[in-house]
Amino acid sequence: MPGSSDPGFDTLALHAGAAPDPATGARAVPIHLSTSFVFESSEHAASLFNMERAGHVYSRISNPTNAVLEERIAALEGGIGAIATASGQAALHLAIATLAGAGSHVVASTALYGGSHNLLHYTLSRFGIETTFVKPRDLDAWRAAIRPNTRLLFGETLGNPGLDVLDIPKVSAIAHDAGVPLLVDSTFTTPWLMKPFDLGADLVFHSATKFLSGHGTIVGGVLVDGGAFDWSASGRFAELTQPYGGFHGMVFAEESTTGPFLLRARREGLRDFGGCMSPHTAWLILQGVETLPLRMERHVANTRKVVQFLAGHAMVDGVAYPELESHPDHTLAKRLLPRGCGAVFSFDIKGSRTQGKAFIEALKIFSHLANVGDCRSLVIHPASTTHFRMDDAALRSAGIGPGTIRLSIGLEDAADLIDDLGRALKAAQKS
Amino acid sequence: MNLQLDGHDAYAYTGGKPFDATLPGVVFVHGALHDHSVWILQSRYLAHHGRAVLAVDLPGHGRSGGTPLGVEAAGRWVASLVEASGLRHAALVGHSMGSLIALEAAARLGARADALVMVGTAYPMRVSAKLLELCQRDAPAAIDLVNVLSNSTYAAKPSHPGPGFSIHGSNRALMRRMQRGYGAGNLFLADFTACDAYGGLDAAAAQVRCPVTLVLGARDQMTSPQAVAPIITALKPRVVTLPVGHNLMAEAPDGVLSAIQEVVGTVAAR
Repeated sequence: MPGSSDPGFDTLALHAGAAPDPATGARAVPIHLSTSFVFESSEHAASLFNMERAGHVYSRISNPTNAVLEERIAALEGGIGAIATASGQAALHLAIATLAGAGSHVVASTALYGGSHNLLHYTLSRFGIETTFVKPRDLDAWRAAIRPNTRLLFGETLGNPGLDVLDIPKVSAIAHDAGVPLLVDSTFTTPWLMKPFDLGADLVFHSATKFLSGHGTIVGGVLVDGGAFDWSASGRFAELTQPYGGFHGMVFAEESTTGPFLLRARREGLRDFGGCMSPHTAWLILQGVETLPLRMERHVANTRKVVQFLAGHAMVDGVAYPELESHPDHTLAKRLLPRGCGAVFSFDIKGSRTQGKAFIEALKIFSHLANVGDCRSLVIHPASTTHFRMDDAALRSAGIGPGTIRLSIGLEDAADLIDDLGRALKAAQKS
Repeated sequence: MNLQLDGHDAYAYTGGKPFDATLPGVVFVHGALHDHSVWILQSRYLAHHGRAVLAVDLPGHGRSGGTPLGVEAAGRWVASLVEASGLRHAALVGHSMGSLIALEAAARLGARADALVMVGTAYPMRVSAKLLELCQRDAPAAIDLVNVLSNSTYAAKPSHPGPGFSIHGSNRALMRRMQRGYGAGNLFLADFTACDAYGGLDAAAAQVRCPVTLVLGARDQMTSPQAVAPIITALKPRVVTLPVGHNLMAEAPDGVLSAIQEVVGTVAAR
């Protein structure tokens, strides 16, 4: 396939990592639902276990179907490789657990998915990993929060819930000045909208549950390494630069100049924590990835129409979408996200929680559930669901109003979505 | 393993085993804008099968200091490293530019060279003027071009160094790292100029005393398998052709290992 230039994104989305199956001629990627893989001999087994040969041993560590997904996402991101995980949360945990241990420190954006915040603030602190949270736009705060034991800076390409655009070039420069990598959650943007490695990020993860799979059918994650961060030069990562007793004294940074992080993540984190992906899930995500360019284009086109409708509606107090001039990151978004700012955003209905609930209940096409990135349009009212225990003051500090509604725009006819929203807004007005 | 040669650090990966100079040696030499890690599977395997392995970082590359050398000088450097390591005999295995350097080292080592394996090789190893001009003007673009030409597929299995790695992305990242890591000039230009300038085949061949094997990629767009006639005439090698591109060690790791094993042999002791 290679000629004198790299294939385009759409071609890689269909072909990277996969070729017709040499055993059967199958053109589509086969689902290798096999726990283990037969050794040719005892000597072959030993050399696979000792990383003298490449190959598959046991599907918790690697699997041929998963490998296609991993290599395809790596190609789309412009990275060196990837690891498929049981969920986006498992991918985040794998990244942190590979680089940090008790006594380590992480600097993270405040604008995070609630699950990521829980992991950092509550769960990892129980294991001795401390996190300092900083406002994503406050570059001085990122810099000031870095300590000698900091192992990672972490943010979302589009932060939750206000779609704060992470200034990856500047935050990554701050990280690199300190010898620390930048990890980004690129779930909302996918590589079709943004390639974080080109902007300076070092590690990327996705909840593949969302746009990558795109059909609301699976739970999965992918962790990708850009291969540019120099773990040896940093001096902070003995896990990668010193012998590892858990793998015959292997020094990962000697084994692979660009890929020691992925080697350790697979041979320690995936092996020992076991957060692996089912090959069936990998296959379903691959079906989604093959149409990712087509879907993302439509997701964004529909979102723009819906945003325009809502921004001009009398019952709407404000729409948080970076393509609007009113958004604080409008200029940055034009630079970093020229193809669009995704298909998940929030807006505020004028009124109370009652109006918010009435709006949700009047919708017919939008599905009321806790997910985003489906081909179907989705809606949730945080004040009455995910954040219902908070009073209004606590909601405001989280950037959520009593009438805040989060939408994930799907692939339906945009006119039908707008009709549905218009009808529900009328219902909210009357409630 | 770190040695000192010509006043600079000289690094060689020993295959994940302590180096034992009393064992039969195998020295791996990487190509342009690469380092020892391109040989990771083959070198690790042989180190765990009774061989004393040195997978070098050439001067100016990776963990070795100094400045990049021409092919003849680099051949002298490799021969000096063999001497400094304490090896009495060694097989020499080189890829692309490294295959020419291994040839020069084998010539200098004479009877102390047990075998010479030239992987992804050609002679003369001409580099187009357009590519040399591009690497002067826009090295990242030149790296991208060479990377595309070096890989014959986006789906090499079982991938390198293991499943989940993108061979294409890994090779590009390694070349970028080498280019960025050498702060004293344009490493891409130095390496490719060295390939283009080399004209020492006949002189070196006259000094080579060991059996020679060529391992070629049938789909190689960097060093065409058609471009080895002078080497065949001069060295009378055994030729192994694999159905892959120029990035042979990554696209066909087991095929390359088998070709090396047939020459150097292995022992069962681990």
